[in-house]
Amino acid sequence: MAIKKVVETGLWERIYVPEVIRGVALTAGHFFRNMAAHTAHLFGLGKQKRGSATYQYPEERRPLSPRLRTLHRLTRREDGSPRCVACMMCETVCPARCIYIVAGEHPNPQIEKYPVRFDIDLGLCVMCGYCVEACPEDAIRMDTGVIDFSSYTREGMIYDMKKLLDLSPTPARGVKSSARP
Amino acid sequence: MNYFIAFLVVGFVFSAVMGLMYILLWAERKQSAVMQDRIGANRATFFGLPTLMGLWHNIADGIKLITKEDFIPPSGNRFLHTISPMIALFFALMSFAVIPFGGVYDLWGYTVSLQILNLNVGLLYIFAAMSMGIYGFVLAGWASANNYSLLGGMRASGQMISYEITMGATVIGLLMIYGTLDLQQINIAQGRLWGGWLPLWGVLLQPLGFILFFTAAMAETKRVPFDIPEGESEIVGYFMEYSGMKFAMFWQTDFIETILAAALVTTLFFGGWQVPFLMSDGFHFPWGAVWSLPALVVMLLQVGSFLTKVFIFCFLLMLIRWTLPRFRWDQLMRLGWSIMLPLSILNIVVTGFVLVLWQS
Repeated sequence: MAIKKVVETGLWERIYVPEVIRGVALTAGHFFRNMAAHTAHLFGLGKQKRGSATYQYPEERRPLSPRLRTLHRLTRREDGSPRCVACMMCETVCPARCIYIVAGEHPNPQIEKYPVRFDIDLGLCVMCGYCVEACPEDAIRMDTGVIDFSSYTREGMIYDMKKLLDLSPTPARGVKSSARP
Repeated sequence: MNYFIAFLVVGFVFSAVMGLMYILLWAERKQSAVMQDRIGANRATFFGLPTLMGLWHNIADGIKLITKEDFIPPSGNRFLHTISPMIALFFALMSFAVIPFGGVYDLWGYTVSLQILNLNVGLLYIFAAMSMGIYGFVLAGWASANNYSLLGGMRASGQMISYEITMGATVIGLLMIYGTLDLQQINIAQGRLWGGWLPLWGVLLQPLGFILFFTAAMAETKRVPFDIPEGESEIVGYFMEYSGMKFAMFWQTDFIETILAAALVTTLFFGGWQVPFLMSDGFHFPWGAVWSLPALVVMLLQVGSFLTKVFIFCFLLMLIRWTLPRFRWDQLMRLGWSIMLPLSILNIVVTGFVLVLWQS
């Protein structure tokens, strides 16, 4: 079977000059539109119209989707103790095996167990969110909006229970940028 | 005193070209960024000084290139490898000697001619200098002892030959109209008015010639739509084995040739330093009004006019460089030999016919 060559260029395209002018007009349009926006920003005008599609990352952060799975946090009961009952569901479901829980006996017989240790190795975590899905107590969530956790050591990537409990959720609506860790 | 004036003029041209080249290095980054909805390089600073929209990046480049190892391939030709970037840069800079950026003025009793060298074969001189400049690229390719470099040098020479012919043939149309090779005379002739109101700039007399010349001049700069000698994605080009300031010299040559192309198009087709209706003693408007100005103001206006036009053409060349994809080698040759060369010859023939009809 021979490969058919589809040539859709007519005489107008093959003259080349009008098409070049069309292309240059397109890029020049972008240039002058963006320059107008940048110039307006210099005088403090038209801030809602952006002059570029890129974000100046460390200073300026992109709006995140509320559905985005970000750094985990452990939720608390009203008295401040962790909501987790150490049922090991998340540890079992975790495909990366990055959750490590040590259960202890809770003084309240209604609760039975509580985590003595709850470590997440973020160096292993694949951010799949199965732990959040599996949790029957709504004790773990991925709604902190922190996306830039990093460390110089492997140990630094292991977040213990205290660290995870201290994280706060991003405000539900109107979040314009990701939180800093 | 005449030597002092000449010295000033040379200094002005040199610093203007080098300064404009510095701005173009910056504009290359920033203009392309703004065209592509980006911000562009804006991080380099010195001791917490303001970033000045990325102007320091050129200095950072300079420091990096100066402190880099100057590598010469062991099997290459040491002498030619060293001298070829100098040849390229030297001839690119030399071409500016005959480009008039202003007329001849009488200031405080001195005659000031704003052209370094008033040659009566100025146009020929520029073509000669541009053709000599190609030796830099070919020798660079040969002296590097690298097949890819050699291929780049061969391509550079092939492209140069193809487009130099078109360029020369296009200019003949202008020569037939203006009857001189002296760029200053061509500029003065472009100040004439047709019917008392329309300045007879070259672009109005030779619209096809302008398009062909502009394209060929763009090909001479060896930048993107015509960057076959570099061909970054296939062969790295004639400067593959170059590093540090020697590479920077090739880089500067690219930008200086862009400025040269802009200056040549301005001089030949857009009236050079002419401002419409501005004579040597002030404005003479077509409706009869006269606004006389001192010679110094006229000089500044005309030099400003030339620089503005050069800036606009540099912008346009940069715009095209960042808009069009590049040609393949066979497309480039076909465009050069079987489209542009016949068109430029047609241009000569049509110009000749019109001139004969006009004069009879």
